[in-house]
Amino acid sequence: MEIQDIIRPENKVYSTPELLDNVHMHYCPGCSHGVIHKLLAEVIAEMGLTEKTVGISPVGCAVFAYNYIDVDWVEAAHGRAPAVATAISRLWPEDVVFTYQGDGDMSAIGTAESIHAANRGENIVMVFVNNAIYGMTGGQMAPTTLVGQKTATTPYGRRVDLNGHPLEITNLMAILDGTCYVTRQSVHTPANVRKTKAALKKAFQNALDKKGTSVVEVVATCNSGWKMSPEKANEWMAEHMFAKYPLGDLKNE
Amino acid sequence: MKEEVRLMKGNEAIAHAAIRYGCDGYFGYPITPQSEVLETLEELMPWETTGMVVLQAESEVAAINMVYGGAASGKAVMTSSSSPGVSLKQEGISYIAAASLPALILNVMRGGPGLGTIQPSQADYFQATKGGGHGDYHLIVLAPSTVQEMVDFVGLGFDLAFKYTNPAMILADGIVGQMMEKVVLPAQRPRRTEEEIRKQCPWAADGRKDGRKRNVVTSLELESARMEVINHQLQARYREIEKNETRWEEIDVEDADYLIVAFGSIARICTKAKELAAEKGIKVGIVRPITLWPFPTEAIARAAKGKKGILCVELNAGQMIEDVRLAVHDSLPVEHFGRLGGIIPSPDEVVKALEEKIVK
Ligand SMILES: Cc1ncc(C[n+]2csc(CCOP(=O)(O)OP(=O)(O)O)c2C)c(N)n1
Ligand SMILES: [Mg+2]
Repeated sequence: MEIQDIIRPENKVYSTPELLDNVHMHYCPGCSHGVIHKLLAEVIAEMGLTEKTVGISPVGCAVFAYNYIDVDWVEAAHGRAPAVATAISRLWPEDVVFTYQGDGDMSAIGTAESIHAANRGENIVMVFVNNAIYGMTGGQMAPTTLVGQKTATTPYGRRVDLNGHPLEITNLMAILDGTCYVTRQSVHTPANVRKTKAALKKAFQNALDKKGTSVVEVVATCNSGWKMSPEKANEWMAEHMFAKYPLGDLKNE
Repeated sequence: MKEEVRLMKGNEAIAHAAIRYGCDGYFGYPITPQSEVLETLEELMPWETTGMVVLQAESEVAAINMVYGGAASGKAVMTSSSSPGVSLKQEGISYIAAASLPALILNVMRGGPGLGTIQPSQADYFQATKGGGHGDYHLIVLAPSTVQEMVDFVGLGFDLAFKYTNPAMILADGIVGQMMEKVVLPAQRPRRTEEEIRKQCPWAADGRKDGRKRNVVTSLELESARMEVINHQLQARYREIEKNETRWEEIDVEDADYLIVAFGSIARICTKAKELAAEKGIKVGIVRPITLWPFPTEAIARAAKGKKGILCVELNAGQMIEDVRLAVHDSLPVEHFGRLGGIIPSPDEVVKALEEKIVK
């Protein structure tokens, strides 16, 4: 059999999502953001939401998400995506609005906006990419940095006496009456990628159904910030991150 | 709702004016002396009538970022606060200006710095007119001196903001916010339909309706050469606004020997002071800047011709006086008189200052 006989539409097993732009991404090779972008692009198109979705990109590595997923976007100030999303969701109730936030954005500078948007039960989706570090600014400590983890601002490892404890913001979100769905996923294996996609679908459906706030945390790698190969970063995440941030639903109403 | 004559506080009037203008959303956080804006809106429940969204945010930071989001989606949105709260809003205001979005921000100034006092002040003149947040940007700044102007400037502020896709600020003081006066409230304007919004704001991020190309609202541009172009575009717009929208009021400037320059409610005290001075044979004219940015530089230069001196009366330690001095280039003495800490000067005090500092 010739190769041309194999390359046929009916044999296709994978294609680039239609909403994912065919451009070079600025993410480091091995970074989780790209996979999560792909899933969002798939979910939005598959659910027929292209013409009613507004994404709010954060300040963080995902600031340029608007260059990659072909929906409307507003780029928010650091930490303020949930406030921006609140207004658009209230003013355009037919739209589905999602935020895309890092751990610094969600659980340091934007803690108030994140908690309060969720507590008001805004009909939005909050995608929370927890890579336990400030990727964008060169690998400083995040609230989610693990005890002992080395970063640019904890060069000898995070110490509880100096830096406090890793913050499980998603657990806080889960106890709020305004949230309807809070889950923690990852994208380091094909099976986990599929689970994350299902979680995103459920979250977007909740927003459509006006059930309140959905939070999808994705425990993620930052291999360049962690100074590891992509493969090693996945291993390190599974070994260390999941102990502090166990995968699964925290709330599903 | 038809046009209506009512007696009310400046802050209440703002709430009524916002609804009647057809404002789409208000986002605020309580702070004296302007909490009546949010309180009045909650009482009037416009979401039941015009469909306007009203939300008490968790902070001024959240409120201004809600305004940023609402404006980015093409809606006519506003916030209000007082000095310490307006300081918190500055990062958001800079983003709104950088992203070329229309929005209305009300600052009912109180005395500072710091937590300061809840009494009236005009000490945020620098903050409002010279930037406030980071970067090279300008707000269109309107200074009301009456409750009627509080009402009128909601409409004017939104109109200018949309005309130039640039945020506008009403810079009021605690006096005009708290004072009760007769006002004419305009008839209800319908809120724009979704079609009208899309036509007026083709750049709005409201979901790619009808499969149009995506809209992205951002203030980020890492490529210096392109960032410079964006800055030049902003500057060109500011020159346009300066050319078209500078507003001021002149009272008996022609046959005066001296000028008082004052804005906001203090200009009214100066009108009384002018009468008292006339009784003493001192002929004073008044220039009241209505837009603090763009500043009526040329109008003041013209009015100053042939005069013997200018007194700038402000509820601060001397802020607008810098712009007045720039306008007249040392061609005549320009002195400042102001009270600080929330004290409002009497007309007699103004006359005394005029005599001591200018007439001599
Ligand atoms: C007000 C403000 N403070 C600080 C910064 C600098 N800054 C940019 S990104 C960032 C951290 C982002 O980390 P995170 O939210 O975890 O996202 P990641 O890059 O890891 O995906 C910081 C501190 C900023 N842009 N604005
Ligand atoms: Mg991070």
